[in-house]
Amino acid sequence: MDKKKIVGHSEERWDAIAKVKGQANYTGDFSFKHLLHAKILRSTIAHGYVKSYDIAEAAQMPGVIKIFLPEDLPHHLYSTAGHPWNLDPAKRDIEDRTMLTRHVHVYGDDIALVVARTELQAKKAMLKIKVEYDEYPVYLTPEAAMAPDAMRIHPERENAFASSEVGFGDVKQSLKDADYVIARHLTTPVQQHLHLENQIAVAYQSSDQRWTCISSTQIPHICRRIVAQANGIDWSQVRVKKPFIGGGFGNKQEIIIEPLVVALSRALGGRPVQIALTREETIAYTRTRHAISYDMKIGVNQDGHLTAIDCDVLSNQGGYASHGHAVGGKGGTFINALYRADSLRFSAKTVYTNIATAGAMRGYGMPQVIFALESIIDDAADKIGMDPIKFRQINHQPDGFYNQLGQTKQRDFLIEQCLVKGRAAFHWDEKLAASQAYKTGVKRRGVGIAAFSFGTAVWPFGLETSSARLFALPDGTFKLQVGATEIGQGADTALAQMAAETLGVPFKSVIRDVMTDTDLDPYDTGAYASRQTYIGGVAVKKAAEEMKQKILKRAETEFKVQLEHMDIVDGNIVYRADGDLVTTVKDMAMQSYYDWDTAGSMETYSSINVHHNSYGSGCSLAEVEVDIETGQVKLLSLMNVHDSGKIINPLLASGQVDGGMAMSAAYGLNEELLYNKAGKPLNNNMLDYKLPTAMDLPDLEGVFVESQDPLGPYGNKALGENPDVSPAPAIRNAVKNAIGVGIDKIPLTPELVYNQYQAAQKAAKGDL
Amino acid sequence: MKQTIAFTLNGEAVSCDVDVRQSLIEVLRDEFEMTGVKEGCSVGECGACTVIIDGQTMESCLYMAVWANGKNITTIEGVAAEDGHLDNVQQAFVDAGAVQCGYCTPGMVLSSEQLLADNPNPTRDEIRRGLSGNMCRCTGYQKIVDAVELAAKNGGVKTDNRNKIPFHVAN
Repeated sequence: MDKKKIVGHSEERWDAIAKVKGQANYTGDFSFKHLLHAKILRSTIAHGYVKSYDIAEAAQMPGVIKIFLPEDLPHHLYSTAGHPWNLDPAKRDIEDRTMLTRHVHVYGDDIALVVARTELQAKKAMLKIKVEYDEYPVYLTPEAAMAPDAMRIHPERENAFASSEVGFGDVKQSLKDADYVIARHLTTPVQQHLHLENQIAVAYQSSDQRWTCISSTQIPHICRRIVAQANGIDWSQVRVKKPFIGGGFGNKQEIIIEPLVVALSRALGGRPVQIALTREETIAYTRTRHAISYDMKIGVNQDGHLTAIDCDVLSNQGGYASHGHAVGGKGGTFINALYRADSLRFSAKTVYTNIATAGAMRGYGMPQVIFALESIIDDAADKIGMDPIKFRQINHQPDGFYNQLGQTKQRDFLIEQCLVKGRAAFHWDEKLAASQAYKTGVKRRGVGIAAFSFGTAVWPFGLETSSARLFALPDGTFKLQVGATEIGQGADTALAQMAAETLGVPFKSVIRDVMTDTDLDPYDTGAYASRQTYIGGVAVKKAAEEMKQKILKRAETEFKVQLEHMDIVDGNIVYRADGDLVTTVKDMAMQSYYDWDTAGSMETYSSINVHHNSYGSGCSLAEVEVDIETGQVKLLSLMNVHDSGKIINPLLASGQVDGGMAMSAAYGLNEELLYNKAGKPLNNNMLDYKLPTAMDLPDLEGVFVESQDPLGPYGNKALGENPDVSPAPAIRNAVKNAIGVGIDKIPLTPELVYNQYQAAQKAAKGDL
Repeated sequence: MKQTIAFTLNGEAVSCDVDVRQSLIEVLRDEFEMTGVKEGCSVGECGACTVIIDGQTMESCLYMAVWANGKNITTIEGVAAEDGHLDNVQQAFVDAGAVQCGYCTPGMVLSSEQLLADNPNPTRDEIRRGLSGNMCRCTGYQKIVDAVELAAKNGGVKTDNRNKIPFHVAN
């Protein structure tokens, strides 16, 4: 008989009503008696050493409880990167920081803490602290930091602290063999996450004398470990609670302020202490997307065959290693996932500098490398005069390709379908033809495309484990507990849909909880790498299957119907053959609590370790209008097409696509965190850092090439980050189509576009 | 220095002593526990703290608390009906999928309420302009614009749901 499908249906996200009513409590919404407030004193230089502090006047200011210098807090080295702990010390994140430091690596480094009764008192006291520095040279770029005479930013290791090279074949020879070689130096900017809720955390000593930290974190279980390591205490002594969280996008996959609030509470007798970063602090002094440059060469033959892809990468890490080379070193695998060439070389270095520490941000290196790749691929299509979609169609990897660099067979890899569907749905040919009427005059129009590939979760480069717990409540509903973390993306709703689908009960019968609590919720590494529905989904499915068996077993005992003849449909236990009712889940649940002879509540727990990956793909198509007198680029239309397997919740999935497209469009057009020569951030506020408003974006269109991934627990694979990858290069390529100039740098600000266009005009006239 | 202010908050007459340096958002959150008023930048850039004051949207972080004296103020807690039922705009935000992390949502809902009160049948461009003071990083604004369109189609703002005493704020 037909089962009502819950997976694949746009169930209403369980937290939507609370959020529109203002009922949803975020970290800053909890009240504490006698809460203390801490402010971080930040360095006003980007590189140097604090010779001395004078805190005499500050310590006398009203409301001040205590001022902490680096010597006053634990000084265990740790990394803020939110990766699973690695049992192999050689593979751990570089531990290059302490809670506070005299050694300044970035402008705004954490050099002291002031704790006071109110935030205002803490701020006012902070202004009275006098600091003397020894100043060192400031390096803003990898090139500057790698100069032979540059001093080491961290004395323990070279500024170029990590490198890697992957590939196959003889790139030099393949380039020689090509009809044409195209070379580009492509650069990407520092982007910031701009989640609407700033970083905030509170810590206090709980009644069991352990330390509770309430935090806006994407990774509660990892947070517990890093807080404990930084404080030098047993991991079990820390309990992390994550309430509603106002966006993360990777920035809250870093444990930045949590170690500090726990250390302060420990130093102050367990009193509750809060750090709430300001917007200016969040933009400038938390984490950013790595600015990465690519020296890329490709060889192409007149018939469109790609002979070689050769790429030298420099990744600007900023002052601390954080996620480090995992971001800049990413790319070779996913270039190989997308296009076949006779040879490939992807050689990357990650380099300390004195700008803000770069870390995880939605896409994790993919927006950078795909910007570079899809720019030069598009230029190659132009070079041989081939339609850019056709050029990608003849060069993309086939479905079923085994990617040796990622040790993954690309099953159900549907880039071909995405390109075909994109061409039709976007009305590419019509828009391209229409743009011909706008190739002269002030307003020029063009269309552009970019494709991408994307992994799901991190295997084989990292651990993938998750767990889930289900228990039946007396009325036949189920409480689902997971460590997978809801951060606004809708993971909780998707996981609840999965549980309901497998159990055979209505969606509303599965209850989730806003709070992820490391004392209560089973282990999962958290929200990153578009992993939770894929990895967490396996755990949820297993727990739900076992629960279903427990329920049917109980029915079998009670009603003497063999288990294999029964199924659960919409909360009813029925005969498989004809759907006749045997009993209900509710009756069995009630019995499990209260039956005199058979009571024993029903709980299941699953813990899983996944050793596979499913690659997604897709493309973006953009239509722009460029004003050649001002350089202003107007985005007329933008479409993303996604191969993400089965779509669990179409409405929520579409929302992820919208948000990713907006973030990437702004990456291509507007957003960049800027520094002066001394390394001071110049635009760390929401006026000067150009986050798009509702007026800056067109209607966004997302399309799915839906299929059933053979490895995903419900046929699903990555989606959360994918939409944030290809819009920027599609826009770059559309601008090229409009004005005839391929610009190798983003964002495409009016100034940049104007100057590049003018330079191209002059070069064309031969008067350079 | 302290000053006593009296104003109408979500339909209820209230008063309190405020430090003259305090912004309205501090008083709404700390004195009246209207924690639906969210703080995103503290300097009037992001719109998360939007409230409605005498029929105009206002970023409560920029508004001195003392200025609230004698005013009629609606926060997100005052939008739903007294029995907790969602109003048209709130329901449309839920139905259109306009809610993700939810941090911009209270301000976004209130700006949409005022937009529809002022212009019951806005075009999409008018909606975009009307919401341009409210930043969102999750949605690309797509489904938020859809939600306002949907709310307009479903009858817009029912003024009898405005300025009521808030239902009890749970959790």
